[in-house]
Amino acid sequence: MSDTSKMQPDTYSAASEVGAVRTRRTWSQRAWITLKKAPFSAWLGMIIIAFYVFVALFAPLLAPYAEADSSFAAYAPWSSDHLLGTDQIGRDVFSRLIYGARNTMGIALITTILAFVIGGGFGLLAAITRNWVDQVISRFVDVLMAIPSLIFALMLLSIFGSNAISLIVIIAVLDSTRVFRLTRAVAINVVVMDYVEAARLRGEKLGWIMRREILPNIMPPLVAEFGLRFCFVFLTIAALSFLGVGIQPPTADWGSMVRENASLIQFAQFDLRAGITPLIPAAAIAIITVGVNFVVDWFLHHTSGLRDEH
Amino acid sequence: MHPVLATILKRIGLGVLTLFVVSVIIFSAVNMLPGDFGEAVLGQAATEETVAAFRRELGLDQHPVMRYVQWVGGVLQGDLGTSFSGRAASGVDRSRAVVDLVLPRLNNTLFLAAMTAIIAVPLALFLGITAALWRNSFYDKSASALTLTTISFPEFFVAYILILLLGTLYPMFPSLATVQPDMGLGERIYTAVLPALTLTLVIVAHMMRMTRAAIINLLASDYIEMARLKGESPRQVILRHALPNAWAPIATVIAFNLAYLVVGVVVVEVVFVYPGVGQLMVDAVSSRDIPVVQACALFFAATYIILNLIADVIGIVTNPRLLHPR
Repeated sequence: MSDTSKMQPDTYSAASEVGAVRTRRTWSQRAWITLKKAPFSAWLGMIIIAFYVFVALFAPLLAPYAEADSSFAAYAPWSSDHLLGTDQIGRDVFSRLIYGARNTMGIALITTILAFVIGGGFGLLAAITRNWVDQVISRFVDVLMAIPSLIFALMLLSIFGSNAISLIVIIAVLDSTRVFRLTRAVAINVVVMDYVEAARLRGEKLGWIMRREILPNIMPPLVAEFGLRFCFVFLTIAALSFLGVGIQPPTADWGSMVRENASLIQFAQFDLRAGITPLIPAAAIAIITVGVNFVVDWFLHHTSGLRDEH
Repeated sequence: MHPVLATILKRIGLGVLTLFVVSVIIFSAVNMLPGDFGEAVLGQAATEETVAAFRRELGLDQHPVMRYVQWVGGVLQGDLGTSFSGRAASGVDRSRAVVDLVLPRLNNTLFLAAMTAIIAVPLALFLGITAALWRNSFYDKSASALTLTTISFPEFFVAYILILLLGTLYPMFPSLATVQPDMGLGERIYTAVLPALTLTLVIVAHMMRMTRAAIINLLASDYIEMARLKGESPRQVILRHALPNAWAPIATVIAFNLAYLVVGVVVVEVVFVYPGVGQLMVDAVSSRDIPVVQACALFFAATYIILNLIADVIGIVTNPRLLHPR
């Protein structure tokens, strides 16, 4: 490369570009380039998620009153003291809304992660072994999926009682069936690859093959599924809490807040703001679900051709 | 044997097997209860004799297999056991038979589901098929955006918006759908408008998206392309080539959503205080009245399994490849 060094600095030379040492873009640079190309809806979704996460993390700093502080007058209207009024036993609705972000999303997140650990682990195991283990787990999952999960969850909750731990475990186990199906389906295509065979031949253990050979190659569909599953878990927990058998008082959570304040709707003719109050936690649930869906849609579109059009 | 018949019999056999396993799971719910639940049901003051009598009545002193056979035998003869509620520590038993609790509500739930299905199924199929045919048009895109939003909404959110708008702000329909047994059909329908409308909105969104996806998938296949290239009219392509293969996916979509309806009913019934099986089940879960929970779970699970079975059978019966074997 002796002649390129004598070259004028402001002239372009293909030889110099090819000869230059190629620097790989850092992870953050690549992420930024991808993000810049993301459509508006994806950006909107990410901003919504970031906002919710911020509220959930800093709930004690943002909320004007404590989660279960019932020292105020019941059913107070919207005012500067109580932005969204108070509920039936005099708790500040705005504060409970903020704490609800932390409780509802926290429980949904733990449940989703647990569902992925169970479902993903067994899915990989089934895909790699493909023997009687696979058969047993698959048939078991078939049966579990033959019962609607809300009905199953209701039945199990009546046995084990409604508390946060049994709620998390029950929903995680029921939802892990879908994760299992997906993981097994995508992992089966990867298990037959030569590099997996090579890893097996050089004597790697099952754990290594699951974690280092297969998992990185099935990440995109699993990440998308994580988003959708989170939405689904979130809606299920909200529905169960709304029905009064999910997250129990005094823990603030959006589903039960809707139920507790529902009677305010009948006063909508006299005070529209009172009528809207029970809808606000429901809207909070709807907005985060829409936000996550937007991001997952874009992510799927970006990483694969899984969508039906284009 | 005709291959279609063989496939259908195999599928029905599988369905019966699933029903059996599911009934075993629901049955074993009682076994999973903590050991002291007899006292929990009868109260702290229950004497040892009343607890023992209660356990004997449930048959907990017998072998589980024996109890399962008796339980299934009872279910098949319409005997679902007696409710846990209404029992007192003194041994006085005012509990009611589960059948008497469930049966009247069963009619109400089926009425609501049927009312929803009659509106939702034709509407969703029409919207889905037209959206697929006029793909990427303004109509298609706005329908997709609208349905995606509706799907993301929890059922109770849709329900309360409807109550706010049509129940209190512009009172047209009653916001509490408390149907009575002595109501006439017209009054019954009028009372159940809001819950049916809520369910319709949720179901139509799901169903339309699935129908659209199924039809687009179908129209993208090679033989449709071939028919178009042969120069057949669009009508002929749809009616003669696409439709025979479309019955299976459409039946699946309908059955899946009717099954979904069965579950969605639970939340909607609670919102509108509609006296159906869903509300009964939620109340029973809160009071841990296991026999009632079992009966409701059995009803929901059986409906779900049977609907899926019907969809699969329709898919097999209408499959041109199976009907005309080489």
